[in-house]
Amino acid sequence: MDIQDIIKEENKVYCKPELIDDVHMHYCPGCSHGVVHKLLAEVIAEMGIADRTVGVSPVGCAVFAYNYVDVDWVEAAHGRAPAVATAVSRLWQDNVVFTYQGDGDMAAIGTAESIHAANRGENIVMIFVNNAIYGMTGGQMAPTTLIGQKTATTPYGRRVDLNGHPLEITNLMAILDGTCYVTRQAVHTPAAVRKTKACIKKAFENAIAKKGTSVVEIVSTCNSGWKMSPVESNEWMAQHMFEKYPLGDLKNI
Amino acid sequence: MKEEVRLMKGNEAVAHAAILYGCDGYFGYPITPQSEVLETLEALMPWETTGMVVLQAESEVAAINMVYGGAATGKAVMTSSSSPGISLKQEGISYIAGSELPALILNVMRGGPGLGTIQPSQADYFQATKGGGHGDYHLIVLSPASVQEMVDFVALGFDLSFKYRTPAMILADGIVGQMMEKVVLPPQRPRRTDEEIRQQCPWAITGKKGDRKRNVITSLELESSRMEVINQRLQATYREIEKNETRWEEINVEGADYLMVAFGSIARICTKAMEIAEEKGIKVGIVRPITLWPFPKEAVEKAAQGKKGILCVELNAGQMIEDVRLAVHDRLPVEHYGRLGGIIPSPQEIVDALEAKLVAESK
Amino acid sequence: MKEEIIIAGFGGQGVLSMGKILAYSGLMDNKEVTWMPSYGPEQRGGTANVTVILSDERISSPVLDTYDIVVALNQQSLDKFSPRVKKGGILIFDTSGIHKLPTRDDINIFPIKAMEATLEIGHPKAYNMVVMGALLEAMPYKLPMENVIKGLKKSLPERHHALIPLNQQAIEKGRTLL
Repeated sequence: MDIQDIIKEENKVYCKPELIDDVHMHYCPGCSHGVVHKLLAEVIAEMGIADRTVGVSPVGCAVFAYNYVDVDWVEAAHGRAPAVATAVSRLWQDNVVFTYQGDGDMAAIGTAESIHAANRGENIVMIFVNNAIYGMTGGQMAPTTLIGQKTATTPYGRRVDLNGHPLEITNLMAILDGTCYVTRQAVHTPAAVRKTKACIKKAFENAIAKKGTSVVEIVSTCNSGWKMSPVESNEWMAQHMFEKYPLGDLKNI
Repeated sequence: MKEEVRLMKGNEAVAHAAILYGCDGYFGYPITPQSEVLETLEALMPWETTGMVVLQAESEVAAINMVYGGAATGKAVMTSSSSPGISLKQEGISYIAGSELPALILNVMRGGPGLGTIQPSQADYFQATKGGGHGDYHLIVLSPASVQEMVDFVALGFDLSFKYRTPAMILADGIVGQMMEKVVLPPQRPRRTDEEIRQQCPWAITGKKGDRKRNVITSLELESSRMEVINQRLQATYREIEKNETRWEEINVEGADYLMVAFGSIARICTKAMEIAEEKGIKVGIVRPITLWPFPKEAVEKAAQGKKGILCVELNAGQMIEDVRLAVHDRLPVEHYGRLGGIIPSPQEIVDALEAKLVAESK
Repeated sequence: MKEEIIIAGFGGQGVLSMGKILAYSGLMDNKEVTWMPSYGPEQRGGTANVTVILSDERISSPVLDTYDIVVALNQQSLDKFSPRVKKGGILIFDTSGIHKLPTRDDINIFPIKAMEATLEIGHPKAYNMVVMGALLEAMPYKLPMENVIKGLKKSLPERHHALIPLNQQAIEKGRTLL
């Protein structure tokens, strides 16, 4: 029996989402981005909104997100995705606009844009992948790096006296009147993946219903930056990250 | 139809002109001496009439990135600011240029460096014409000398910007921004429909409809050989712009012994200086570059033929003079007269400088 | 016809708006006009001035060395601008608060008691229109009053149009001060 005998429509239980391109991803094996991209592609396809969805990609590991998910994209300068998305959304009100940002983009260089877009209640979805490190530039400290966590710029561990505290930007966004839905999820188990998909879908529904800004934080791993295997990373995340960044809805109205 | 003559400040006029052009979005942040642009737009409430979006952003940085996003969707979008704010926008402007997007940026210049002064200046000439942000790019730079030109250059700036998919800048100064003059406003143009934008801007991120492949607006290309091709395409566009869009005005150039080269409101002061000089028997003509980039180098070279010298009058320490010198290859004396820090030279001062720097020398 | 005018005084005296009404009145009389203010924080308390040019011809420079008419409403402005009246030109100044009088004998000088006249009318905010009346009376170019009224209408927001008769009264009062 060769492989073509196995891959038959009636046997299919899982497939590549139709909006994910058939190209090699640049993400490291074990990285959470691939899963999040898949969820986005599935949600957009299932909602039937691919022809009116526009993504805003960040500077960071997900800078090339536009190469993988088959919708229109604009690539923003570092931290500016929420400002870019603001205009895209306001000028084409029938379109559904999302940003896809990492922790540096969302919570360091782009803090002002993130907070103000959310505070204006822009009808956009903000997907926030928090892996507590700067992956693309080689594993430097992020605003969300945990106390004691070793990175290229905190080689002896993050210290409060030197580097300040990990920034819980999602908590800040939850208290703003412009946000309608703020949730923190993960994609480290099949159950968590299913939950996160439902959250992303809800966020897109909110954007279509013009309810305001929805923020979906996905606490993630960076096994390359953390210098662990993917499995160890997932365990380390569950042990350490969830303590500082507990999963669940922070706001849902 | 009788055209309505109005009296308004340059900054107010830009706001009216933007709405009448059918501009789709303005994103700004207050800074003196240009805040009237945003104030006037907010007062006119164009979202109730043409549907134009007006938004006070949280910073100049956010505002220019909103312009980047809006431009990426094929809409006619703009921002305005003054020198320190324009410095903040440079990153975004570089992205807009690098992504080959149309957009209009107004700089009502004030004196620098740093926080500087709120008084008029032309010290951002280098920044506007030589790049400003990072990378090899140019803006189409228009220099208005009157409130009417503030109005006219909104339409011209948008048209050129869309024609060449290159951002355009109106480089005004605090004088043109703050003074009131008679102005004739153009008739209201309808904003383009979404369908028209889809047809006219097939590159825009409007939602991936039908069979077309997805559009991606980006200035990123890590593969050097492809990045070089993008750069070569940009340069080819700039050569086209130089060939087709160089604009200038000449005043009494023929028969003059001397030439003044000045842009924006300073060219107006030079016109008065020219009249005073003429009374003293000094024949001087004026070349006023209207596009600062592309600079009218051939026009300056031609106008300089047979002249005894050129005085560049600028509200800066000597910036445009470099382009004038390049244009005439230093074949005749080229001198500079400028005031700094927000001081406006009077016509008599300019005549004195002309006499001291050129007339006395050539005698 | 060309009148090159500067009006200078304290911020808050209505210098800029007087210039604006003058410019609008010129516009209504089909003249070319420019209105060039000093701008910035000095509007709030310090000195403020505005250059207004009315002309039959296209106006070149909105910035001038010398003026046909200088209207000075405080000592600083009088000191600064009286030397810059063109020979044979006009200097109007409010005597209120002036301790050092102008000494030129090659220009026409009109001291006016504008502050007193304003107090007589009983509307302190009409001060600039009293001064405007004196300026209109002294100016060689005779701006028809109907166009001044049109200028007032154009430059004042509609919610203030009820005040036009008061402004007109102030202008008429000002005309008598020369």
